[in-house]
Amino acid sequence: MKIIVAIKQVPERDAQIRVAPESTWIEEDDLAYTINEPDAYALEEALQLKEKNGGEVIVLSAGPERVTSTLREALAKGADRAIHVEVEAADLLGRDTLGIAAMLAEAIRAESPDLILTGLQSDDLGLGQTGVVLAELLGIPHATIIMQVDKTDAGLRVKRELEDGWFQHVEMPLPALLTIQSGGNKLRYATLMGIKKAKTKETKTVAAAGATGQAVTLERVYLPEKQKKTEMLTGTPTEIAAQLVEKLKFDVRVL
Amino acid sequence: MSGVLVVLEQHGGVWNRMSFEALAAGQKMAAALGVGCSAAVLGASVSGLAQELTGKKLEKVYAAEHALIEPYTADATVTALEQLVKQVGPDFVLFPHTYQVRDFAPALATRFKQVLVSDVIAIHAEVEGGPVFVRQLLQGKLNADYRMTAGGPGFLSVQAGTFRGDAVEAGSAAVEAFAVTLDAAQIRNKPGEPFRESAQTVDLSSAPVIVSVGRGIGEQENIPLVQELADALGAELAASRPICDNGWLPMERQVGSSGQTVSPKLYLAVGISGAIQHLVGMKGSKAVIAINKDENAPIFEVADFGVVGDMFEIVPELTKAVLAAKG
Repeated sequence: MKIIVAIKQVPERDAQIRVAPESTWIEEDDLAYTINEPDAYALEEALQLKEKNGGEVIVLSAGPERVTSTLREALAKGADRAIHVEVEAADLLGRDTLGIAAMLAEAIRAESPDLILTGLQSDDLGLGQTGVVLAELLGIPHATIIMQVDKTDAGLRVKRELEDGWFQHVEMPLPALLTIQSGGNKLRYATLMGIKKAKTKETKTVAAAGATGQAVTLERVYLPEKQKKTEMLTGTPTEIAAQLVEKLKFDVRVL
Repeated sequence: MSGVLVVLEQHGGVWNRMSFEALAAGQKMAAALGVGCSAAVLGASVSGLAQELTGKKLEKVYAAEHALIEPYTADATVTALEQLVKQVGPDFVLFPHTYQVRDFAPALATRFKQVLVSDVIAIHAEVEGGPVFVRQLLQGKLNADYRMTAGGPGFLSVQAGTFRGDAVEAGSAAVEAFAVTLDAAQIRNKPGEPFRESAQTVDLSSAPVIVSVGRGIGEQENIPLVQELADALGAELAASRPICDNGWLPMERQVGSSGQTVSPKLYLAVGISGAIQHLVGMKGSKAVIAINKDENAPIFEVADFGVVGDMFEIVPELTKAVLAAKG
């Protein structure tokens, strides 16, 4: 099975986020980036499918030069080769989900994979749509929020998460696209051997086609207004504990 | 029509409760724009459900029926809604941001060369140049204003708990049946029956006090630290998704969009940053206390009392103080 994993590079979870001067995006200069967490689970699922069924795992990411570090990490974990769709950060911001999916679809068509995996949403924009839009553009079936994937004679049997602790199995033909939920597998670390081997693996760079306008635009980013007035408690741990007990007794009234 | 079309969600004749939040959002948006609001319900047989909407303030209720719409598949739903939206011609199509909507609405929008503005938390309909839609970015650390620029129809979904389902305005509406054209060959996926992993034995929704733990706990060995605080308070122990994903606490103790929705008297969040998926499960709590090392953690936006600091120092002190206070 030939599997493509579409990966996004996002700011690290603990990164200090500052709004850029024009308020159109965040300051990117000193930001530390990492793989989008649900995409890490998509990669893990792909590697396990390959171990069970054979085949090839190709990682794909669109973005500026910095995304090659995330692709290299994926190669070190066991992906066979990488495709980097090169597009400047500013250009990327000028594309909506449809524009980004169209760019990825072009790179994917050239490979004719059996299966495309990606995370169910990104930790930065959180639109949760690129996978589904990609499937629609490629004309292939999709399933979202997937916890488990099994290869069958006819195609795939996947476990899909529903709301409130419910699940269902879905059978589907190949080629197909799945968006993967976090937590279905345990993530692996890159081994020293893996890191060494990654240096010999191919990363193909392809240029992105020009942007063609957007259906939705991000106009402004800003710090959210507080929904509640939060009273911050300060002091030594013992002092804070004493203040909290006061609140529990007289404000929240649970003691 | 022009105006706003709200697509409600039902499973086997039972409404998804978020449907009415979407309906309230649609009515409010339509009123601000000075246009009409209609509703649509899809399924194998939905005339009964459609009748329930005739007492709401709506221009029309569309009952879109076909045997192949249920059980749910994205293929059938996208095809049915594509036909309905083309026929009805709304300016905006509004959904509740459910797991099912996440599965099909992006594909539906793509068929109209549009992009769904998903998980919207506010709609500013009266500003110049068309409505502005507010979404959260970076796990809730920032808000962002979005606009639709491609002309109609625009597609959006509203976040759980953002609009009040009981705010739906009463009125009267006529039902219009809409015949969907579908062929079994158009449906590529075969869905199985929904199931649960194990019987839910922990009902967090009725717990008056909840101590909840997140990534900040670091490792499984530290869980007893918060368990002791929960025990001291007589509270149920709950967790955010990553803790349950790691198997440190059972899945049935998870609070958030994929777990339980709770509204206790006190929700004490320890080491929880407050990602949107978690907040939707607990923002109905009467009081929230948050302890987190990051002063910018979004959990503080919904907290009544906040402590920025090291949970490993503060939690044991708090447990001691609570036990002392109880005597």
